[in-house]
Amino acid sequence: MQLIFEKSRTGRGSAILPPSDVPAAPLPQALRRQAPLRLPEVAECDLDRHYAALARRSHGVCSGFYPLGSCTMKYNPRIDEELAQLPGFAGVHPLQPARTAEGCVEVLKEAEAALCEVTGMDAMTFQPAAGAHGEFTGLLLIQAYHRARGDAARTKILVPDSAHGTNPASAAMAGYAVVNVPSGPDGCVDLQALRAAVGPDTAGLMLTNPNTVGLFDGNILEITRIVHEAGGLCYYDGANLNAVMGIARPGDMGFDVVHLNLHKTFSTPHGGGGPGSGPVGCKAFLRDFLPDSRLGGHPGAQSVGQVRAFYGNFAVTLRALCYILTLGGPGLREASENAVLNANYMMHALKDTYDMAYDHTCMHEFVMTLEKLKHETGVSALDVAKGLLDAGIHPPTMYFPLIVHEALMVEPTETESRETLDEAVQALKDLAREAHEHPEALHARPLTAPVRRPDEVGAARNPKLRFDFA
Amino acid sequence: MNIPAELRYTRSHEWVRQLEGNIVEIGLTDHAQDALGDLVFVNLPQVEDAVAAGDTLADVESVKAVSDVYSPVSGRVVEVNEELLDAPQRINEAPYEAWMARIELSAEPEGLLDAAEYAKALEEEA
Repeated sequence: MQLIFEKSRTGRGSAILPPSDVPAAPLPQALRRQAPLRLPEVAECDLDRHYAALARRSHGVCSGFYPLGSCTMKYNPRIDEELAQLPGFAGVHPLQPARTAEGCVEVLKEAEAALCEVTGMDAMTFQPAAGAHGEFTGLLLIQAYHRARGDAARTKILVPDSAHGTNPASAAMAGYAVVNVPSGPDGCVDLQALRAAVGPDTAGLMLTNPNTVGLFDGNILEITRIVHEAGGLCYYDGANLNAVMGIARPGDMGFDVVHLNLHKTFSTPHGGGGPGSGPVGCKAFLRDFLPDSRLGGHPGAQSVGQVRAFYGNFAVTLRALCYILTLGGPGLREASENAVLNANYMMHALKDTYDMAYDHTCMHEFVMTLEKLKHETGVSALDVAKGLLDAGIHPPTMYFPLIVHEALMVEPTETESRETLDEAVQALKDLAREAHEHPEALHARPLTAPVRRPDEVGAARNPKLRFDFA
Repeated sequence: MNIPAELRYTRSHEWVRQLEGNIVEIGLTDHAQDALGDLVFVNLPQVEDAVAAGDTLADVESVKAVSDVYSPVSGRVVEVNEELLDAPQRINEAPYEAWMARIELSAEPEGLLDAAEYAKALEEEA
C-alpha cells in the first residue's frame, strides 16, 4: 500500500477555500517558515480512499471480536458519538466565557459526581489524557501529601510483580524508587513480603484489583491496612474497573487515589493511540492537591499544578458520561457482571484444551499459559495469536503478565454474545489441534491478514519513524 | 540448553565469570535469552556505579517485554560492554560471550549456583 506522501502530487489539493473577507496580516519575518511544510497534496477523493483502505486493513471492535486482555475493547455505543457531535459540544472553545459553556461545565460536574460514586472517591480531575498520565498525576498527589506534612523520608513506591508496566514507570517518572512486591502462588499479593517491604520510607502502594491475572485479591482490606499503618497511601490503578462497577468500590477497599481509563471502562473509542482520558479521583483529604482549576476557580496554593491544558480530553469525558447515563447504576453493575460471566464462560470452555495460569473463577479476564504446548509442539503463544487472525479474531494480549510464561490474556468484555464467544472458543480449540497435528503450519500463520508477520525485531532495532523525502 | 561448567549462576538467570583478581563478568544465560526472545534494547549501568547483590544492574527489552537484570554480586562497576548498546542481538547469538558488565567485588559472592545446580534449578522451574 502506498503512503499518503507517495500519493502526493505538487499543486494538487482538496479544499476550495472562500476568499478571505479580512485583510491579510503578514506574520513577522522572524516567525515565518524558511521552507514550506512538506504536507501531502492529494485530492479529497484520493484522501478518502486512502483512509478507507487503511480502515479495511485494520481490525476494530466494529470488524470483529477483540478479546485483547487488559484493554477492555468493548463496543462503543453510537449514541455516545452522536451526542459528542452536537454542535454545542463539538464547537466549544476552552477559552470562551464559562457562562456561554454552561452545558460543558454541567457535563464535567455530572461526570465527576457519577465517577466518584462508582469509585468511592470524593473529588476528581479530568485533566490526565490517559491511564499512565493519571498514574503520574496520582503519584504527584501522594508526593504533595507527604511533603505538606513535612515528611521527606518517603522515597519508595511499592508495586506488585504482576503490575502493569506503566506502574513502575510512572513511579520512576515521579522520582520514586520502585520496590517490587512478589506475588504468592495464588497470583495475589504475598502479605508476608508486603509486611517486610513497608516502612518509614514507603510513600505508597500501587495496585490493580482485580489484578492483572484476572483475580480479585481477597486480602485487599489487609493490604491497604498494612500500607496505611506504615504511613503510606494506596493508589488504585483503575485499569480493571470493568469487573467491579457497582459491586465493589476502590474507596471502600481502602484506596486513597484512583485513576480510571474512561476510554476502556466507560466505552469510548481507543486502541489507535488516543485520545484517551485518565481522570484521577481522590479522598477528601487530598482534594487540595488536585491539579486542575476546579471548573473556573483557580488552583490553590497546595495544588500540584496543571498536568494538561484546560479540562483534559473533554469529548472523551462527554462520551463516558453519555455511556453512564444510558446504562444507569444498575446497568453499569450488569455490564460488570456480564464481563465477568463472559470471561468465566470462555475460560471454562477452554480449560480442557489450554492450561490456565490460575485455575479458579476469574474476574473479567483470564490468563492461559502455553508453556506446555510450546514445549510439546514448538507452537508458541505468538503462533496461536497469529493463527486467530485467520479466524477474523483479534489476538489476546501476549506475553503479559510477566509472571506467567507464554501467556495469552483473554478479556472478552460484556458486549459479546454467546455465539461470538463460542466461535472464539472453537477457533482456539482448532488451533490447539493444529498445533499438535501440523505445528509447522501454525508458524506460517496468518495466511489471510493484510500483513502476515511484521518484522517486529527489525522495527524495534532499526525503526523508520519518518518519511524519507529524498 | 548450554550451561558452561566453568561459570556460576543465579536463579534469576545471570551468569558470573571470574576474571583476574577480584573482577567478575556478568551476563545473561542461554535459557534467559531463549525465554526473552529477540532482544532489541539493552540498558547498561554506568562505570563507577555501586551495586549490591540482588539490585537491578541493567535491563533488557525484547519484543515481548522489558526485564530487569539483577546483579549477582556486590561491588563496583568497572567496565560495561558498550557494543551491546548497538547490537543487543549479541546476547541472543552468543550469551556467554556477550558480557554486560565487569564488577570489582566488594564482598565474596554468596549463594551462587554451579552449573549442575543451575541445571537442576531450570528443571524445577520447567
